[in-house]
Amino acid sequence: MQQIIPAITLEVSVLLLGLFMIFAEAFSKSADRSHLARYAIAVLLALTGFSFFTIQPPSQIPAGSMWNFYSVDATGMFFKRIALVTTAVVLVMALEYRTVLAKFIPGVEEGRGTGEFYSLPVFICAGLMFMASAVDFILIFVALELVTIGFYILVAYMRRHEQSLEAGVKYLILGALSTGFLVYGITWIFGLTGQTHLDKVKDALVAGFAPGGALAGNETALLFGVMLILVALGFKIAAAPFQLWVPDVYQGAPTPVTAFLSVGSKAAGFIVLVRVLIVFLAVPAIQAKVVAVLALLAILTLIYGNLAAMPQDNLKRLFAYSSIAHAGYLLVACAAMGTHASSAKEAISFYLAGYLVMTLLSFLILVTVSRQSRGDDIRHFAGLAKRNPVLAFCMTVAIASLAGIPLTAGFLGKFLVFKVAVASKQWALIGVGIVAVGAGFYYYIRVIASMYWDEPNDRTPVTVGPLTRIVTVALTGLVFVLGIWPAPVLDQLSERPAAAVVHK
Amino acid sequence: MNVLNFIVLLPIVNAIVIALGAPARKSALLSAWTQFALTIVALAGYKPKTPGGFDFGSKWDVAPEWGLSLAFGADGLSLVMLLLTALVTVAAVWVTPKIEKRENLFYACVLLISGGAAGAFASTDLFFFYAFHELALIPTFLLIGIWGTGARQVAAWKITIYLAVGSVVLLVGLAKLYLAFPEGARSFDMLKMAESRALIPAAEQGSIYIWLLIGFGILISLVPFHSWAAPAYASAPTPAAMLHSGVLKKFGLYGLIRIAVPMLPEGAKVWMNLLLVLLVANIIYIGLVTIAQKKLDWMLAYSSVMHMGYIFLGIAAGNAIGVSGASLLMLGHGLSIAALFAMCGYIRQNNPSLAFTSLGGLAKQAPFLGYAFGMAAFASIGLPGFANFASEMMVLFGAFKSGTVAGSTHFGATQFATVFALWGVVISAVYMLRAYRQIFQGEPNANVASFKDPGCSVRSSVILLLAALLIVGLWPKSLLNFIQPSVEALIGK
Repeated sequence: MQQIIPAITLEVSVLLLGLFMIFAEAFSKSADRSHLARYAIAVLLALTGFSFFTIQPPSQIPAGSMWNFYSVDATGMFFKRIALVTTAVVLVMALEYRTVLAKFIPGVEEGRGTGEFYSLPVFICAGLMFMASAVDFILIFVALELVTIGFYILVAYMRRHEQSLEAGVKYLILGALSTGFLVYGITWIFGLTGQTHLDKVKDALVAGFAPGGALAGNETALLFGVMLILVALGFKIAAAPFQLWVPDVYQGAPTPVTAFLSVGSKAAGFIVLVRVLIVFLAVPAIQAKVVAVLALLAILTLIYGNLAAMPQDNLKRLFAYSSIAHAGYLLVACAAMGTHASSAKEAISFYLAGYLVMTLLSFLILVTVSRQSRGDDIRHFAGLAKRNPVLAFCMTVAIASLAGIPLTAGFLGKFLVFKVAVASKQWALIGVGIVAVGAGFYYYIRVIASMYWDEPNDRTPVTVGPLTRIVTVALTGLVFVLGIWPAPVLDQLSERPAAAVVHK
Repeated sequence: MNVLNFIVLLPIVNAIVIALGAPARKSALLSAWTQFALTIVALAGYKPKTPGGFDFGSKWDVAPEWGLSLAFGADGLSLVMLLLTALVTVAAVWVTPKIEKRENLFYACVLLISGGAAGAFASTDLFFFYAFHELALIPTFLLIGIWGTGARQVAAWKITIYLAVGSVVLLVGLAKLYLAFPEGARSFDMLKMAESRALIPAAEQGSIYIWLLIGFGILISLVPFHSWAAPAYASAPTPAAMLHSGVLKKFGLYGLIRIAVPMLPEGAKVWMNLLLVLLVANIIYIGLVTIAQKKLDWMLAYSSVMHMGYIFLGIAAGNAIGVSGASLLMLGHGLSIAALFAMCGYIRQNNPSLAFTSLGGLAKQAPFLGYAFGMAAFASIGLPGFANFASEMMVLFGAFKSGTVAGSTHFGATQFATVFALWGVVISAVYMLRAYRQIFQGEPNANVASFKDPGCSVRSSVILLLAALLIVGLWPKSLLNFIQPSVEALIGK
């Protein structure tokens, strides 16, 4: 493919789009802002297309250039596309959600005050894209804050809705706390190595902790820094025991924001985790300990997420716990990074791609159904197969994929995770994983049972708007495509044979 | 695209078409008969093309980086399993009474089970072999939960979660197997794996084998992983019980024969004694449990669990005659249990409780049913003339011969197990004949005063299954000609 666009253009375009939306909202005469969201969806999808024509970084990186903190590798580009597509789908959801939103926002006319609800996700998208390319602790931190601050506002967006406000406060306090952990961890690493660029940190650590190196004997200091960073990232990816905010925030936030949180925020957290783990696992002195901590986190997360999901009746809350559970499977792959770095990375990327598709699909259907059933409990899905069979089928596909039934995207992700766990002989994790899958089947299939077994409380058919219909069907198809024919996605993940990057 | 692709694709495409609103019963019947006809065409046109005896190969790469491809191919063994699938599918669709609610969803689910089984038997890629089997999971859940009887929802949850967990155990075992090959020789292509099986280190075989044995064992209802089976079959609607116990459960046994027996001979030795104990428990313990049943549906469900023990015995024997017998017994058991469940479903329509005490003297009112049920029961016990007899004999001979050296007498664990297994024949005779006496003989019970012989569709499908049982029983060579070369290619003579 021709390489004609510098990758940074993508982020700049997204930022400009966000700024444009804010201005357009300020000066627009009509109260209805939905056209803004439609423009944004079109632009984001166009940018996804453009992302296939980006320029590779130069093989010699001059000092002081942008490439010292920003890199464009295949994984980074992959996550940029994930961010763009996710944001577009979230905006589709936001459009579907606008009547609910308007109810909880004071305004002289209906629709007034919803403009930011469409522009903030675009800014968050820019933050996610920067994070995908960040190879320097400073850029990682700044990008993460851009994302998190955007979410602070979005979570509490429904100002007349008590739960939304409560969620906002919880997310703000715990988010700020985790930011503190992250910065503190970074300073410890910086104190040891004097570097913030990940590759340079890695070189300094490997050289420093080699026998007779300058840092020998300072393992505790390094471990302390690493643990602080893991705690901070644990908040972002919702790993137990840092998951306490998740259920309340997911339930209270506006549903499109919940979907965005569970996909965008998680994907961003994992790409950062993968990037820093490559650095820390390269240091033989602490490798075994970091792997042990990751394994422990994975076990806790799998058990907590899956068991706590079982008694939930509210679907948003159930998805919150299931999102914790999925973080557990991803952490299993992270724990395998110690011995099988490249296949574990591939498993994580693929799992996230599948997770994105199935989660967005299920939330999109949740928004549609809950708006018309006036509630987002499982019982509001009762008899959906009679009210709208196609929608029920699409939800079944999403649920089957989340549970990990073969020929869907979710299964292939789980397969890769289990495969890499077997390869690295993490038997305890595999044992817990098997139990977790069994528990997962129970709570996921409850939704299917409700849709097909139960009689509807309300027999009116569920109607779906044209844009939502297209996106729902497309995502359903994508679940199967990823599960049966993953080759196109894998091609994107394999690093192009670019010249080795040399730092000056 | 060749005939084999159509055999797999047809039920799945038809399920989708029916779900979209095509006339349900007509399309399903057409699909089942076409599937049957195509299977006969495939059997007639089968010519071994690869050293392993495979034909109808086709392949689409879906993930070249991992060596995953959607690959189909069939040897004699897979063709016989496809024949079983097609026969039971025709019978299951045909026997279905009028469905009152959501007919289209019902038939779509039935065809998906059939398509999943056919896909698994026809796959030569390990990943899709596994994936196709799981296609049946959600349809089974819906069939039992919506159209089942009795404590249907509990049974539906139980079977789904149990089988899902079994599948994950199996998945881990298959991943272990894949990774046991040295790097460079790794492949999901089952033909390649079989060719390079010598590369699997003997020391690792035991740990892989036990994962596969438990994973497949859960799917086959090997004791002590059997408790999902009886409640599910007892409450499933008739076609679901027929397809699941008759066809889908054979997936696990087929997998053991296709993967574990040829690739992990050393692993099989490590766990031989455990397997023998478990399979004897399947025959004797579950046999006694079957005798204790007081309802026809539960009795049939447990008898289906019990008979898995014989097939395991043939697999444990590990020699050509034992494994061939096990393969033929899969067909025989599949056909006979499907016929029994078909008739059980018909009796249930008139007498929902199915308790032996509430039935009696049916043979007077329904002579055809009495006759056909008797034949199916005899087949299930293993009387001469039916496919089950020929295959059980082969299994028992194979097991008795296992481990012996020509010219010497040897009485080891396998021989002990065989002696126990022989008593199982007596046990099945006890419960089957007792059930027959209580249901069909004696004075008609007041409950069944208005009972009549079934109509054309139930009759025809039962006749179809019984005819197949008789033909194979009187002329076992017809199918052994397909099975034996494949089994010999798999495990050596």
